Amino acid sequence: MQTHPKKLLVVITEAALEKMLVRDIRALGAHGYTVADVRGGGERGDRDADWEMNRSIRVEVIADEPVCARIAEHVLAHYCANFAVSMFVADCGVLRPQKY
Amino acid sequence: MDVVVLFFLLGVVARLAGSDLRLPEALYETLSIYLLLAIGLRGGAELSEQSILAVAPQALAVIAFGALIPLIAFPVLHRLGRLNRFDSAAIAAHYGSVSVVTFAVAVAYLMAREVAFEKHFPLFVALMEAPAIVVGVLLARSGAASKGRGVDWGTTLHEVLLGKSVVLLLGGLAIGWVAGHKALAPIEPLWFGLFKGVLALFLLEMGLVAASRIGEVRRHGVFLVAFGIAMPLLAAVLGVALARAVGMSEGGTMLLATLGASASYIAAPAALRIAVPEANPALSIGASLGVTFPFNVTLGIPIYLRLAQWAHS
Repeated sequence: MQTHPKKLLVVITEAALEKMLVRDIRALGAHGYTVADVRGGGERGDRDADWEMNRSIRVEVIADEPVCARIAEHVLAHYCANFAVSMFVADCGVLRPQKY
Repeated sequence: MDVVVLFFLLGVVARLAGSDLRLPEALYETLSIYLLLAIGLRGGAELSEQSILAVAPQALAVIAFGALIPLIAFPVLHRLGRLNRFDSAAIAAHYGSVSVVTFAVAVAYLMAREVAFEKHFPLFVALMEAPAIVVGVLLARSGAASKGRGVDWGTTLHEVLLGKSVVLLLGGLAIGWVAGHKALAPIEPLWFGLFKGVLALFLLEMGLVAASRIGEVRRHGVFLVAFGIAMPLLAAVLGVALARAVGMSEGGTMLLATLGASASYIAAPAALRIAVPEANPALSIGASLGVTFPFNVTLGIPIYLRLAQWAHS
């Protein structure tokens, strides 16, 4: 099986940011994204999704390195100061590189 | 104490005792949609039987009332509580906006005591959601510290005006208004007959959620607790005075006092998180959900009825 190298950017943050984050991700050049509802805790306390303002999301983007870097820098600059954000980048291999 | 409040207390006790009881998220969502629509429908059906113009002066007074509360709360929080501008503005906005569930408990309380009130009151609930949020955002952004950072008004207003509480309340009002009592009759068993039972179940969940906020409230000290009790009482007195001035009934006076006293925990947090992200949501939600909501549903509502009765005697 032949795979093509891409980057996987994962942003775990407050659900209140979903609309803006998805808009930013599209505008910064990603072809797609996946959002999942998640629970967890961190330095800003536990976010156990027991009601609507306490929900968290996990947004995943697979793209070329420059696109992931642009999105990550945008998130760092605009959201990290005031929102609960956990973010990382990992290597991944895809089967259809034109899709990402 | 109304029977629905006992469900709230069960939720509080269960969470404080460390029970891991929780309602599924989808059920919580469904119940809140049901409550908002049911309240809207009931108000709309009543509205269909009277002229909109007759309600207009009271509606304008209610909007002004919603905008006034944060202007009173802000200096108290900022000067007396020494909270920063963002937190003060955010909390002020929560207290000016309203809690629909507190309103529902107040209506249940009046109906159990057979106290008459203006049945189109849900219209006023919908109208009081937004003004305080707009004022709160303006207060947060009016200081020197926030120069250079504009507000994304498009996203903020979208969040406020198209958030689920306003859409469902106004949507229910519109359906009730267009359809009228007669056309609503076949669906009444679901929307009106089951209302109090659903409210009880929702309050069980609210008890669990409110009790979870107690840790946050404790971390932020006595000022927040004192504010969370004193502010609703002050706003209730203002509500009573305003209701008398615009000629509301005894029940209507109590409901306007309750609306003034209640603090938002659905519309305001969602909009302010976007418009004023610098504010710490744990403070505003801790106060509104951890202190004011429990105070209102247990002690506040009976006090507001007393106030209204006194004002009308």
